[in-house]
Amino acid sequence: MQKMNPYKIDIGAVYSHKPSMHNSVKSGTFQAQEKELVFDIDMTDYDDVRRCCSSADICNKCWTLMTIAMRILDRALAEDFGFQHRFWVYSGRRGVHCWVCDESARKLSQAERSAVAEYLSVVKGGEDTIKKVQLSDPIHPFIRKSITVVEKYFEQYALVGQDILENKQNWEKVLALLPETVREALQKDFQKARSSVERWEKLKKCLHSQDLKKGAYAAKEIMLQYCYPRLDVNVSKGVNHLLKSPFSVHPKTGRISVPIDFRRLDQFDPFAVPTISLICSELDNVNIKEEQESPGEGEPEVKRKTRDYKRTSLAPYVKVFEQFLDKLDQSRKGELLLKSDLKREF
Amino acid sequence: MQFSRGRNLKLNPRLTGDRKGEHYPFSLQFYQVPPTENISLSEFETFAIERLKILKSIENLGVSYVKGSVEYNTKLENELRKLKFPYRPPQNDISDDVYDERRKDHISHFILRLAYCQSEDLRRWFIQQEMDLFRFRFNQLPRQKVQEFLKYSGLEYLAISEDEKKQHHDDLLNSTYGLSSTKLEELDFYKVRFQDALDLVRPRKVFLLQGFAYIPHTDIVTLILNEFRTRLSKALALSARSLPVVQSDERLQPLLSHLSHSYVGQDFSSQRNTGKISLDQIDALSAKSFPLCMRQLHKSLREHHHLRHGGRMQYGLFLKGIGLTLEQALQFWRLEFTKGKVDSEKFDKGYAYSIRHNYGKEGKRTDYTPYSCMKIIVSNPPSQGDYHGCPFRHSDPELLKQKLQSFKVSSTGINQILDLVKGMHYQLACQKYFELTHNVDDCGFSLNHPNQYFIESQKLLTGGQEIKKEQTSGESSQSNPQSQITSSSSSALMNTQSEDMEDLEQFFNEY
Ligand code: SF4
Ligand SMILES: [Zn+2]
Repeated sequence: MQKMNPYKIDIGAVYSHKPSMHNSVKSGTFQAQEKELVFDIDMTDYDDVRRCCSSADICNKCWTLMTIAMRILDRALAEDFGFQHRFWVYSGRRGVHCWVCDESARKLSQAERSAVAEYLSVVKGGEDTIKKVQLSDPIHPFIRKSITVVEKYFEQYALVGQDILENKQNWEKVLALLPETVREALQKDFQKARSSVERWEKLKKCLHSQDLKKGAYAAKEIMLQYCYPRLDVNVSKGVNHLLKSPFSVHPKTGRISVPIDFRRLDQFDPFAVPTISLICSELDNVNIKEEQESPGEGEPEVKRKTRDYKRTSLAPYVKVFEQFLDKLDQSRKGELLLKSDLKREF
Repeated sequence: MQFSRGRNLKLNPRLTGDRKGEHYPFSLQFYQVPPTENISLSEFETFAIERLKILKSIENLGVSYVKGSVEYNTKLENELRKLKFPYRPPQNDISDDVYDERRKDHISHFILRLAYCQSEDLRRWFIQQEMDLFRFRFNQLPRQKVQEFLKYSGLEYLAISEDEKKQHHDDLLNSTYGLSSTKLEELDFYKVRFQDALDLVRPRKVFLLQGFAYIPHTDIVTLILNEFRTRLSKALALSARSLPVVQSDERLQPLLSHLSHSYVGQDFSSQRNTGKISLDQIDALSAKSFPLCMRQLHKSLREHHHLRHGGRMQYGLFLKGIGLTLEQALQFWRLEFTKGKVDSEKFDKGYAYSIRHNYGKEGKRTDYTPYSCMKIIVSNPPSQGDYHGCPFRHSDPELLKQKLQSFKVSSTGINQILDLVKGMHYQLACQKYFELTHNVDDCGFSLNHPNQYFIESQKLLTGGQEIKKEQTSGESSQSNPQSQITSSSSSALMNTQSEDMEDLEQFFNEY
């Protein structure tokens, strides 16, 4: 039964309590002998490469970083590691979590978890490292595929949105990542150019024309340093960390930690996520209406509440969750024939 | 230093001819079967100490040289030859000498298992050194011996088909350094669960697909080592369980505990210094006697009134090691944190626990020991927002240079340090920094612990008020504190023992 712990508790929370109580359900309760493989990506870790906001703040501009992160990691978890059941959740404030729920993922040892996390880490080094991405020959398939993802967003996000080469102060940061031999020439080029996009073109051309041993991948390294997902490896290793459970309420924003529909990832808007007060007032409305229509119909309490949720703005998110669980459930059916009586209801 | 090599011949009949080969057919082993013969207590000791010496050298070499480099290999080979341990298969038949070496390799390994199964830290250290030794020996095997050895050890891997290889041609090519298309064609690839090849997965040196790693034959050593580690750590866990039996033997108990204590030499968590430092001394001490890593942590703590988890652990345990009491530590961290964003209540809720934890007052109640350089350099590298780690390893050379300049290190000094850093000799670089900042030509110790740095610095600055332990050995590589303890403790034991040790088997049978 312990194996079922995680999703039993989540579901229990969603279906049988008022949302205001979800706050108290933290993943500490999930710590059985097995645990999902989890990833935590937090916007504060991008502060040195965001211009729009800093620390706990996010906006629609920098949210693209999360989209990129999810695309890259989800692909690798699926294709490279073969994990089927990946569940992405908005944390309610400034980041996303991923829960990998495959049986094989839950059984990973600490060393195995940290190896997975390190395989996925590309941006390395603390406050004392300027250049945080170093590529070397040959370019591993994982890196190649990750770069392909970044390329899709880079111009729109980094050059236009963040305008990372807008002025001298900002492009100095980028130049610091390049081999010294090209910096001076680029300074001049940059002065003349008019936009980040143009400057980026110059940069690529300049690197291209030179036969650089050290800087062969410099442009790619910059792209990765600015856009590649920054994982908190310690969270994934499973040490010292608790992640909030899905559907809990973020204490500062009041937003509900909702599942993210991967098929509509690019449309996901963290600011459209319902807050606890919205849901409560919606629920009140539902109740009032119901009482007016059919007062005192003897429906069982729990069942009624279950249905109520489907009438709030939480409904689409609950649906994503249900679909995920269905899939998980299907792949478990075989192994659970004996034990599933209690759980199969959902 | 002389050890008596008296072996009890009656109990240990020499083997002849074929049986020698049968016993130990290879220059390396998986140590699957415990020794069953009787050996004398003096031999038991000699074996144990010599193996410890070799493991120590392995650790030291690994710090000073790139593992697997020519220098590393030559030095290690010399050490093994000097201490009469096997290192590569002989050209001809297995002679008595070879047999003796392999027997010693076998028995000494099992003795140290007993000494090093006792705690997580000891086990980790032991496994690490044993793996390096195993890897070295495996790499010395000629090609055809590799196959024989694998077969003998029951490790055979099935190569993927030509079709499968073709299908992933490019990905395979781009996953291994220095592979050419032609080489790829001749090479066998083995498909294993990624969990069995973590050492290749971690640094992305292998192609992964659907949870499987495609290992080229050239990297097969990773798989074998993984197997070696798995078996050894299981065995150690089992030994730990049977430990009470061994410990009840009064002849063995003192030896084993001495052996295990000599692992990183001085116990830097020792209570010796506790309470000798007052909080207002820390700023001054950090500039004079802290190694760079701790100085940096102290500085950023003072600046940001905060440190993230990795920094709190590394710095907190160091402070504990230099003598801060629990009460002082709580006061120190609280004062600093509450100057920043953390109020007193939040501090008590969120941070006080982990400080008490470090002092063994919460949780598993283990008394945590300060991190060694090795640990700081290798594990948990700093990431965004972190200030922990070893500046010689984890800082950009440019920033390191600036930092050293700001500490008024001469430019020749800085260049010397940067050269060492480039050669990946981080601890030597730190030693050089010590010499430069303390105005000595030769620091006279080999650095492996930040707390050691502190103690040595204080010794110099306060005029050697600490009583120096007597130097027992003249070998330069042995002049570090830990081997002193080994040698002196063992000679103390040597005087008291004389009886034979019967039935070594008895001790190994338990697992
Ligand atoms: S070598 Fe050791 S003591 Fe010196 S800075 Fe690095 S970790 Fe600290
Ligand atoms: Zn923003």
